[in-house]
Amino acid sequence: MTTTVLVEPAEQMRKPLAEFWRRFRRQKVALVALAFLVLLVGVAALAPWVAPYDPAAPDYNAVLQGPSAAHWAGTDTYGRDIFSRIIWGARISLAVGFLSVTLGALGGVSLGIIAGYYGGLVDSAVMRLCDLLLAFPGILLAIAVIAVLGPGITNVIYAVAIFSIPVFARLARGTTLQLKRTVYVDAARAIGVSNTTIMLRHILPGTLPNVIVYFSMRIGTSILTAAALSFIGLGAQPPSPEWGAMLADGRTYMGVADHLTLFPGLAIFLTVLGFNLFGDGLRDALDPKLRSS
Amino acid sequence: MTSTNIIDVRNISVEFRGEEDTFRAVRNLSFAIAPGETLAVVGESGSGKSVTSLAIMRLIEFGGGRIVDGKITFNGQSGSRVLSDQSMRQMEAVRGNDIAMIFQEPMTSLNPVFTVGQQIAEAVRLHQNCSDAEARAEALRMLEKVRIPDARRILDRHPHQLSGGMRQRVMIAMALSCKPRLLIADEPTTALDVTIQAQILKLIRLLQEEMGMAVLFITHDMGVVAEVADRVLVMRHGEKVEEGTVEEIFDAPQHPYTKALLAAVPRLGALQGQDLPRRFPLLKADGDHRDASGYDHHPPQDTVTGDAPILQVRDLVTRFDIRKGLLSRVTGRVHAVEHVNFDLRRGETLALVGESGCGKSTTGRTLMMLQEPNGGQVLYKGKDILSLRGAERQEMRRKIQYVFQDPYASLDPRLTVGFSIAEPLLTHKLVKPSEVQDRVVQLLRDVGLQPEHARRYPHQFSGGQRQRICIARALAGDPDILITDEAVAALDVSIQAQVVNLMMELQEQRGLSFIFISHDMAVVERVSHRVAVMYLGQIVEIGSRRQVFENPQHPYTRRLLSAVPIASPEGRNRNRPLIEGEIASPVRAPNDPPLVAPLVEVEAGHHVARHPIGDFS
Repeated sequence: MTTTVLVEPAEQMRKPLAEFWRRFRRQKVALVALAFLVLLVGVAALAPWVAPYDPAAPDYNAVLQGPSAAHWAGTDTYGRDIFSRIIWGARISLAVGFLSVTLGALGGVSLGIIAGYYGGLVDSAVMRLCDLLLAFPGILLAIAVIAVLGPGITNVIYAVAIFSIPVFARLARGTTLQLKRTVYVDAARAIGVSNTTIMLRHILPGTLPNVIVYFSMRIGTSILTAAALSFIGLGAQPPSPEWGAMLADGRTYMGVADHLTLFPGLAIFLTVLGFNLFGDGLRDALDPKLRSS
Repeated sequence: MTSTNIIDVRNISVEFRGEEDTFRAVRNLSFAIAPGETLAVVGESGSGKSVTSLAIMRLIEFGGGRIVDGKITFNGQSGSRVLSDQSMRQMEAVRGNDIAMIFQEPMTSLNPVFTVGQQIAEAVRLHQNCSDAEARAEALRMLEKVRIPDARRILDRHPHQLSGGMRQRVMIAMALSCKPRLLIADEPTTALDVTIQAQILKLIRLLQEEMGMAVLFITHDMGVVAEVADRVLVMRHGEKVEEGTVEEIFDAPQHPYTKALLAAVPRLGALQGQDLPRRFPLLKADGDHRDASGYDHHPPQDTVTGDAPILQVRDLVTRFDIRKGLLSRVTGRVHAVEHVNFDLRRGETLALVGESGCGKSTTGRTLMMLQEPNGGQVLYKGKDILSLRGAERQEMRRKIQYVFQDPYASLDPRLTVGFSIAEPLLTHKLVKPSEVQDRVVQLLRDVGLQPEHARRYPHQFSGGQRQRICIARALAGDPDILITDEAVAALDVSIQAQVVNLMMELQEQRGLSFIFISHDMAVVERVSHRVAVMYLGQIVEIGSRRQVFENPQHPYTRRLLSAVPIASPEGRNRNRPLIEGEIASPVRAPNDPPLVAPLVEVEAGHHVARHPIGDFS
């Protein structure tokens, strides 16, 4: 129909996901972290089959033994196999980390987008509430929440989720403020798209890269907080093989049997490090500011 | 011959090495510039014209490029140098001293934290051995040289306190402070309004005569080329297509690409004596061009039907408050739109023209209900649309559609193009879900794209294709009125002509009415049935296209028309008087509305403001 005068060369095709993977692949440290996390999740999921012993079964013939061929990470005061307990504990820590951050992200991102998009009074109300929550040290806030809800691992999830909300809200609000001024949001409005649809279709996806990065890093922090709560006796209750609770149990034998604290501590350390390094890699791969082309 | 040229570029090639592939941006390019001569390098985006200038400055290395072949010889004050062999340290002495450069965006090329005087003095001190006081005196002298009024006061201003045109003058003052032998100007007027562009072009020419320097002028605008160039070099895909004197290129272009490029250039006055707009006569780029008689095969755009207007704008007022201080008190008001009145009929294109800040875009945004007005009525088929709320308002948005200047920014980068086009259909539930796909395919075909393009993302298209996509989306809701806000301003000329033709074709097929917002008088002459000239938020002149272009009544319209560069060397008037002054600001004190009076009819349908507005009394 129209006479095409000059052929316009289209830019080279690249699918967004393939592009992401191309960038992520270059981060060697993050790749190692990802491999470790995949292994951890796999082992946790297959715990009943992978763990060499029942994590709760005492063996009074092998109490407080050091690492050996039979017990790779030694045994605790009841003769329970520490390696098996760490494997089962991974289930708890990962679940707590993932669920609490998911809840926090859902709440925070929704609040942040609504605050950023509508602005004005809504924005002030939501953000001042966030400031209030952020003014408390996270662990103190979690303790306060547990004090109200009572101890237990489920309540730890809620407690950690609540103090994840303000950070996600701020993050989402910042991106929303940028995106709501873009021409394509104006364009959507000009077409007659409703506010809710604009927020869900045009703004939410734009906040996701930042949210995903923060999500992965936040899991590490949350696992740490959950472990800390269990350590002071507010989280998982005995005989649950929670890593923080194991640390608390082993504390009394620190001079006699180092392995009681060493291996659960190492598990926490490696997991948190893994999530943080993975998050760093994600950020480098997703951050549009670091993109060259 | 070679020894007298300031710069002699022989067979250079420039490569960019990527991770996976190597891209050759410039291939085997040669040219030379004599003292006092201006060579214009023209080409569309991606033709390698900017890369060439960066290669001469050897700035290309900072962008990851490399001169892989060829030789650049420069004859400066200190004898001849082969630039392509110099070390980076040696180049530092050449840059800014022997060769100076000015860029498109004067705001980002100036450091915001230093005053203008400090920055020019810095440039002077860097290359000349002198004291602070001498450098400052030299800075003042340079500002006077670039004809900045009240230069002593400007010396102590920061860049953000100056207008775009002033900033570009400061950049030129800085560039010329060391009396370079060669000035490279990379699109120096592209971001400026036409009247300011005319000032800057004239200034560069005056300074060139005074200082006898060579100028390498990079531009995409054939009008500017005709205005400034002695010789022209046409580039495409990194290669030289054609080179010649400005008269040779414009009067007897040899290469088909040059011919196609020139055919696509909108020329002011091309439709002189005709009542109706007409599509661009386009040529094919590679051979197969029709003879001169085959050019204008499009019939005039006779699409206006009915006398009853489809849209009536009555006393529309939009103002923005400027708030300052702790209590956010209103300290000033931007009078963006002041009592604007016009009618639009079915099938008619009304152009809103003016320079930046004249309120043409705000008028469009207010009609689109993207901006709340402070007063006035907008009647669509006799019904006031500004009073509509909720669902009625969303429904009305289907009837009036908007096409934005930047097509890339107006498409959500995370959605496929097919979805973006389908969005209005889904939002207003215009067709059954099963038919959405078919409609999208049909719309893509209507704007000259392929059905398989629906699955791609916006970044996979070129600028012209993206604008076609935006037009397809705007058409999806089957609107009566399209508001196009500088919709072709960011496109290369040949693409611009195609998109303009597409819009006119769609107007003919669907009886669309257009509100065509533009600063480009030559394009406006092509597309519009009627023209409204805006200045400081008011319409100063409105009439049929022929009335406004051939019998302009308001002094501002005349100024605007005389500033447009003519894409023909005979048409250029190097000695026309320099237009003085800045574009007036629409910001006023809180309780000081401007004087507004009804327009006076000078002939049937041709109305002009006779009351004082801004500088015009």
